[in-house]
Amino acid sequence: MIGLIGKKIGMTQIFNQNGEMIPVTVIKAGPCQVIYRKTKEKHGYDAVQLGFEEYPEKKLNKPGNGHFKRNNSKSFRYLREFRLNIYKDIQEGEEFDVSMFTEHEILMITGTSKGKGFSGVVRRHNFAGFETSHGVHESFRGPGSIGQCATPSRVFKGKRLPGREGFKRVTEKNMQVIKIDVENNLVMVKGAVPGHRNSLVLLRKEL
Amino acid sequence: MDILQQVNKEQLRTDLPNFRVGDTVKVHYKIREGSKERIQVFQGIVIQKHGENISKTFTVRKISNGVGVERIFPLHSPNIDKIDVVRFGTVRRAKLFYLRKAKGKAARVKEKKRY
Repeated sequence: MIGLIGKKIGMTQIFNQNGEMIPVTVIKAGPCQVIYRKTKEKHGYDAVQLGFEEYPEKKLNKPGNGHFKRNNSKSFRYLREFRLNIYKDIQEGEEFDVSMFTEHEILMITGTSKGKGFSGVVRRHNFAGFETSHGVHESFRGPGSIGQCATPSRVFKGKRLPGREGFKRVTEKNMQVIKIDVENNLVMVKGAVPGHRNSLVLLRKEL
Repeated sequence: MDILQQVNKEQLRTDLPNFRVGDTVKVHYKIREGSKERIQVFQGIVIQKHGENISKTFTVRKISNGVGVERIFPLHSPNIDKIDVVRFGTVRRAKLFYLRKAKGKAARVKEKKRY
């Protein structure tokens, strides 16, 4: 499942050949360099560690720079690992950019969703809430009963209750690539991508 | 935002005439039926412009067989073959939704001479 690291730029619309308007998310992805190659023999699984967005050397400490110096590559700001099921001939130092994707290709996109703060059960777990009249008093968006009485005299684990919502790792499948701009390292995918603008996203081929 | 504007730059249309809310326009719209393509003309008063950039739209209202018909066109759509401005109107609003309720004489828009 090789892919690229990118940054969400924002959403807009583009017209396709039929003149239909398509909502797209623009992602600035790559170029990414293979910094480290994990192998089944040594690490127990096959993976590549990709670096994204160049970073000045002086901002990293010596061990940090040393990791990049192993194959004389530049220093990068972000490092993320991609598991490999196929494409096992990838070597350290190789570079990838958006030309690895094709139009209409289906991708898996991972991001960190927008934080919603401490949310109630209506927002967090899609509870229905109560009626706003017909004798309901005070409790309009409450969870209702959260359990029994003297037996078991506790609330079961995993009970859906209010709490922190969002800011989680979210993976969206079936994201279709609409357009690729190799010159500016841009990928446009149909629909929304998790996370706020400028947040880090991982684009993975569905293989 | 800069990158987003660049993405849409080549799809923005600059060949269309300038028209305002209140103007009467003829919109020549391409319609695909299977593999065939034909052009349909929709004539009416522009009652609103909405949105910015590539997502800008305009609404055209006409009375067809005594029934009010409104159509929303994406301004930058490649399906718009051309737009003719038939008549310039003078209005004091940005949105002419009052036309929906107005009848008879009240449902007219004054013509403006533009040179």
